[in-house]
Amino acid sequence: MKSNENKTSEYIVEIRDMYKIYKMGENEVRALNGINLKIKPKEFVAIIGPSGSGKSTLMNMIGCLDTPSSGEYYIDGHEASTLGEDEQAVIRNKEIGFIFQQYNLLQKLTVEENVELPLIYAGISPEKRKELAKDALERVDLYDRRFHKPTELSGGQQQRASIARALAARPPIILADEPTGALDSKTGTEVLNMLKELHQEGKTVILITHDNKIAHEAERIVRIMDGEIVFDSATDGDKSQVNV
Amino acid sequence: MNFKQAFKMAMKSITASKMRTFLTMLGIIIGVCAVIVLVSVVQGSTGSITESIESLGANSITVSFTGRNSTKSVSYDEMKTFMEENSEYVSYVVPSMSGYGTVKYHSTNLSGSVTGTTPDYLTVKNRDVSNGRFITDIDVERRRKVAVIGSYNAQELFGFEDPIDKQIKINNELFTVVGVLEAISNSQESSEDNVIIIPYSSGRMVFKTNKIRSYTVWAATAELVDAASERLEKFLYSKFQDEDEYNVVSVASMMDVLDDITGMMSLLTAGIAGISLVVGGIGIMNIMLVSVTERTREIGIRKAIGAKRSSIMAQFLIEAAVVSCMGGLAGIFLSIIGTAILGNAMGINAFPSIFVMFGAFLFSAVIGIFFGWAPANKAAKLNPIEALRAD
Repeated sequence: MKSNENKTSEYIVEIRDMYKIYKMGENEVRALNGINLKIKPKEFVAIIGPSGSGKSTLMNMIGCLDTPSSGEYYIDGHEASTLGEDEQAVIRNKEIGFIFQQYNLLQKLTVEENVELPLIYAGISPEKRKELAKDALERVDLYDRRFHKPTELSGGQQQRASIARALAARPPIILADEPTGALDSKTGTEVLNMLKELHQEGKTVILITHDNKIAHEAERIVRIMDGEIVFDSATDGDKSQVNV
Repeated sequence: MNFKQAFKMAMKSITASKMRTFLTMLGIIIGVCAVIVLVSVVQGSTGSITESIESLGANSITVSFTGRNSTKSVSYDEMKTFMEENSEYVSYVVPSMSGYGTVKYHSTNLSGSVTGTTPDYLTVKNRDVSNGRFITDIDVERRRKVAVIGSYNAQELFGFEDPIDKQIKINNELFTVVGVLEAISNSQESSEDNVIIIPYSSGRMVFKTNKIRSYTVWAATAELVDAASERLEKFLYSKFQDEDEYNVVSVASMMDVLDDITGMMSLLTAGIAGISLVVGGIGIMNIMLVSVTERTREIGIRKAIGAKRSSIMAQFLIEAAVVSCMGGLAGIFLSIIGTAILGNAMGINAFPSIFVMFGAFLFSAVIGIFFGWAPANKAAKLNPIEALRAD
């Protein structure tokens, strides 16, 4: 893996001229059509757009789950566009905490085991794992539920468990994909407040949503449409220009 | 991620669906059990054959004259000369004229084998007399019509009467019973307890020939058996000038042949039973492939939070290996019981050897890894985005 020599000091995520093109027979679909995006450390960014706009593809790129057709990008100083599969896995493990709409907890494991999972893949010792998992679970107020299976928890609790999992390895970036999509408004607000707190504690939080109201909780809003960024509150003016 | 963690993960999914795991294992259990039981039974029956060959005596070399229309034979005197010339190799030469005969006492008839021989018969056949005496050199020299009978014959002909000094007719020749051999196998009809022994010199009328058809040559020590056989063959060749006229077989050479045959038998049965092990392995592959498809989402989640290809590979490979090894262990356990039952039913002394058990276990582990490879590889190669999208 390339070290920090490639670090473009100022930004934790930097994307330059990124294209993702799928060939569907004769047609080509440009899921990402020349994306340029810079995110500073400790920013709270919401990426919004309707379904099919390319925001999921963009999230997959930032999350190192996919590779672009062309363009380069850096995650916390690592040039991610040239990484192999295993190196991408390391970035996902160490740099990024994922929060999914469907929680994506392993049903057969307890809450604690789920939270420990990224730490296992990071090769952390069992004692240290227990400690980090405890910290993360206490942070989301689920430590007393650590021996429960996900199915024994409410949706909000499951999402908090998945936040604990995202926090466990103490990654600098939290990548949340519609984290409130499956929750009622009350628990959704709870989760959002938690994300805000994480941001205040110094995490870079990237929130992907189609809901403008939720996006307004972020400091900065980036709107994506047909694979292109059509609005960025950091350069195009105030985020209040986005309708609630 | 280290091996211990991968092992723990594998154990978790194995114990999560016990019935499926058991059914997957069943093929391996049956395969391993079949291999061990069959090989053990073959080895056990080899053991009992070996025992009966060995009871002939490790020093014993049998010479038989096989030429069909041969008028030639080697006389006892010639054999004795050979023995004297090779006294450091050969300690006894025992002639044996044998034939099937009818034995009669009063109105009781028996049929069985009649052997004409010399007093040394007792030594080379490792027998003993329980009543009366054995034939002597004087009996041989004077062509006395005396007979020593087996315990079966004594029981059938005389019942509770004392057979000593009674007159019996062997193929209508009158003989006097002088002794009874000690029983060696419960006095059954088809055993070595059904035997009539007479001096070879008195056998002419009984056997309608005076040619000796075989000799037992007793090597001085077990180590000298090969050397003695070689000398014997040289001597016989000088007499006959034709290798087809005689046959020299030592217990050692019989054992060699037996070893070859049983070795092949073991391989053959292990091979056939091994096929069921392979079928069991295919069962593992089948279930694992289904399991990978079912667990696509799980694999996607694991990858998303940082599992490398090798971690996923290890998890599934260990799962397959553990299933087949556990099946192997269960198969070994069952085979110990199965071998005992089958050995008992067949009346042989069979028990699985450590070597066979270890071999079968190792084979089952290799099968698990071999057939687990394709599913594990499929899991490891899944694209995390697509895997996360799966239901």
